[in-house]
Amino acid sequence: MTVPAVAPSQRPRLPRVRDVVQDNGLRVLAVRRPGVPRAEMRLRVPLVRQGPADDGTRTRLLAETLLSGTPARSSFALAQDLQRLGADVMASADVETLVVSGSTLSATLGPFLGLVAEAVATATFPADEVLVERQRVAQELRIALSQPGTIAHHALVSRLYGRHPYGLPMPSPDKVSGTGPARLRRFHAERVAARGSTLVMVGDFDPARAVARVEEAFGAWLPGSPPVRLPAPGPPRRGPVLIVDRPGSVQGSIRLGGPAVDRSDPAYPTLAAATAVFGGYFASRLWANLRERRGYTYSPSAGVSQRPSASNLVVGADVATEVVGPALLETRYELGRMAESLVEGAELGEAVRYLSGGLALSWQTQAGLASQLSTLSAFGLGIGFLRDMPEALARVSADDVLKAARRWMAPRQLTTVIVGQAEAIRAQVEALDDVEMAG
Amino acid sequence: MPARAAAAGPRVAFPIERFQLGNGLRVVVSPDHAAPVVMVAVYYDVGFRSEPEGRTGFAHLFEHLMFEGSVHLEKLQHGRLVQGNGGEFNGSTAEDYTNYFEILPSGALELGLFLEADRMLGVRLDEETLANQIAVVKEEIRVNVLNRPYGGFPWIHLPPVLFRTYNNAHNGYGSFVDLEAATLDDAAGFFERYYAPANAVLAVAGDADPDRVQQLVERHFGAIPARPVPPRPDWWEPLPEEERRSVHVDPLAPAPAVAVGYRVPDPIDAMDEYVPTVVLAHLLAAGEASRLHQRLVKRDQVATHVSGSVSLFDSPFEVRDPTMLSLVAIHHEPVEVGAILAAADDEVVAAAERVEADELERVVNSMSSSYLRRIDNRMYRGLTCAVLEQQRGQAELLDELPARWAEVTPDQVSAAAERWLATPSRAVLEWRPASRP
Repeated sequence: MTVPAVAPSQRPRLPRVRDVVQDNGLRVLAVRRPGVPRAEMRLRVPLVRQGPADDGTRTRLLAETLLSGTPARSSFALAQDLQRLGADVMASADVETLVVSGSTLSATLGPFLGLVAEAVATATFPADEVLVERQRVAQELRIALSQPGTIAHHALVSRLYGRHPYGLPMPSPDKVSGTGPARLRRFHAERVAARGSTLVMVGDFDPARAVARVEEAFGAWLPGSPPVRLPAPGPPRRGPVLIVDRPGSVQGSIRLGGPAVDRSDPAYPTLAAATAVFGGYFASRLWANLRERRGYTYSPSAGVSQRPSASNLVVGADVATEVVGPALLETRYELGRMAESLVEGAELGEAVRYLSGGLALSWQTQAGLASQLSTLSAFGLGIGFLRDMPEALARVSADDVLKAARRWMAPRQLTTVIVGQAEAIRAQVEALDDVEMAG
Repeated sequence: MPARAAAAGPRVAFPIERFQLGNGLRVVVSPDHAAPVVMVAVYYDVGFRSEPEGRTGFAHLFEHLMFEGSVHLEKLQHGRLVQGNGGEFNGSTAEDYTNYFEILPSGALELGLFLEADRMLGVRLDEETLANQIAVVKEEIRVNVLNRPYGGFPWIHLPPVLFRTYNNAHNGYGSFVDLEAATLDDAAGFFERYYAPANAVLAVAGDADPDRVQQLVERHFGAIPARPVPPRPDWWEPLPEEERRSVHVDPLAPAPAVAVGYRVPDPIDAMDEYVPTVVLAHLLAAGEASRLHQRLVKRDQVATHVSGSVSLFDSPFEVRDPTMLSLVAIHHEPVEVGAILAAADDEVVAAAERVEADELERVVNSMSSSYLRRIDNRMYRGLTCAVLEQQRGQAELLDELPARWAEVTPDQVSAAAERWLATPSRAVLEWRPASRP
């Protein structure tokens, strides 16, 4: 029995994008995508405008309370009205971008956009609602900050980005509980504005009519001041291996990271291919070694965390406490092998097909295509990326991968953090590298 | 039998075709050529409820072994063939099934069928692989349960409070002692007993022609010998006669939580009575507009998170009897569990007294809309077809579930609250951050 051959795949056809900019500066992208009778929406609002960048406290609370009331509706009425339409809306924000994601039935697209616009443009942040929500958000943050993965992420980006806003991915719970409605209202008035914002819609509708509906709903939204880019962070401090003590841990959460480039950079396809060969999928080197050969971990990972002002490589594995040292050694060995020798045999072709296939799968749904277009817009890219990236990946050579690995994956350039039972981990790691204890 | 209401709410019409092979394998196909993507799924009618005593976690461990080599494939080859051809794969183990699936560019349809057929024909087992995957599963349990706050809350810890029999109550992830005791003989016996073609459903969804699928399925699965299908046990057990309570201490958790589990009607044999309990769970505790969110988070301000669902993994139409409706809250530290329960009981009583037609309509709209969003993904569409066919012989419910929800009346929801929730016959799991006196 031989393995069946795979027929060459029909290339997915790129849908047409209706792309218009409203008078107030809001950019609207609309794509017809039938399938289920629904529509997906993603709205990105840049929050860095005139005035100092926030530390993430107001942006987070703003997102969490955006739907807590308008001049016309209470939070309960908003929630009920959305539910009645078969719609859902969720807002999230980091220091630089508010993202309002939602979806609805195609039949209720107009009223849905009306409710979203009402919340985005006229949110009132009622005091009683904000006081409840800030306690709730503070507790959610405490819960998030008790997760080993979150603690490790904080430690890593703090090393990579220092005092740059990217160095603090979540606000402190205490600062959130101390932020009042007046500050939120002021922040909303200054920062949540149409200019520079992008609204993507994908679904079972006529794009021209959908764009007209957006114009009706969002036409009165004020343009505001133009968005500004965050300054790029300085070079990261590699430092010794940072160990963060977490009493009660039964694993060490290992993360390695260093600077990288994002999807708008010509070198990105090569970096993506190198990352995939190293640890991006099941048969990759890190998986084959740490999981399938040694049983150290369930789900190792490697990828590029991309943000508009800076990006970083991140490699991770959560391993039993007693094998933290050996797992770090093997991870660095595999990184070193990437940087010192050419990829072999079929592995580059497999990795490239995996990445191209994954990209195609990512936009087979309305929700997936909407998210892709929205993310691409944040990097100044359009739908053409979905066609160009596979072509660029197919041109990546083994030599390119070696160069990329030397530049971005060499173990001595990467900073390492480990969260776990410090005393049990320390001696293992000290055999390999210098160690610094956090706190 | 009541007449089905005229298609209320949004409808979809994904075609379903089905056939069966001589060895008993059932096949459903749902073609859709809008994108060059196809998904292949195999559901085996065995979940963690079937695993024997002393072997908790075995069904899931066995799922891992199914990726480690089959009759014609070495270790790692399965993943390499799927992902190296632009696809993605996974598997999962639930109460009543174990599934394996891949989503691929449509040119790889035959590859996907071959891969599933090859491991239905036989799985490669050796001591090294078994030991390796026991270690991997232990790390999975550490990362998902033991090393994180609220790990296994409530799916591991609530069933043993509500249920008394081993099959319904035990931990489906398994104990380390049981996992380490697993042998190759156990694995061979489990495969022989439960992985027969006639104990499986194969689904293909997406860009594939049904005639071609039938031809390829016959080519690859047709020669797999038939084996008897094990009888499916009845796991029903009596409802609790009084409230059962348990306390779990989680030193990693920053805030206390509580979960309440209630029995519900048979999801399949009593579907008309069961559907209103699923709607009730949403009405009470799904989303910001739900009654318990408004009561506990907004009005009383005692909780920060509320949710509610039916079945252990919020998959009410992928489970057999008996299962549960659970309500969950994470609450503020000084608040006593009694206050949360009293408020929840108030809301249950209120729902038993009255549900407004408008409220029900918006809850059902929201359920249907989320469901359509999910099955827009060919992967979930194929998975849903397969499990509906396996457990109910009704893959067509893929399209019909929203209409079933839309038929539910306010009185039926109130009656469900009265019958199944307004009762001391329930389980309460208190989750405490650290030992308290």
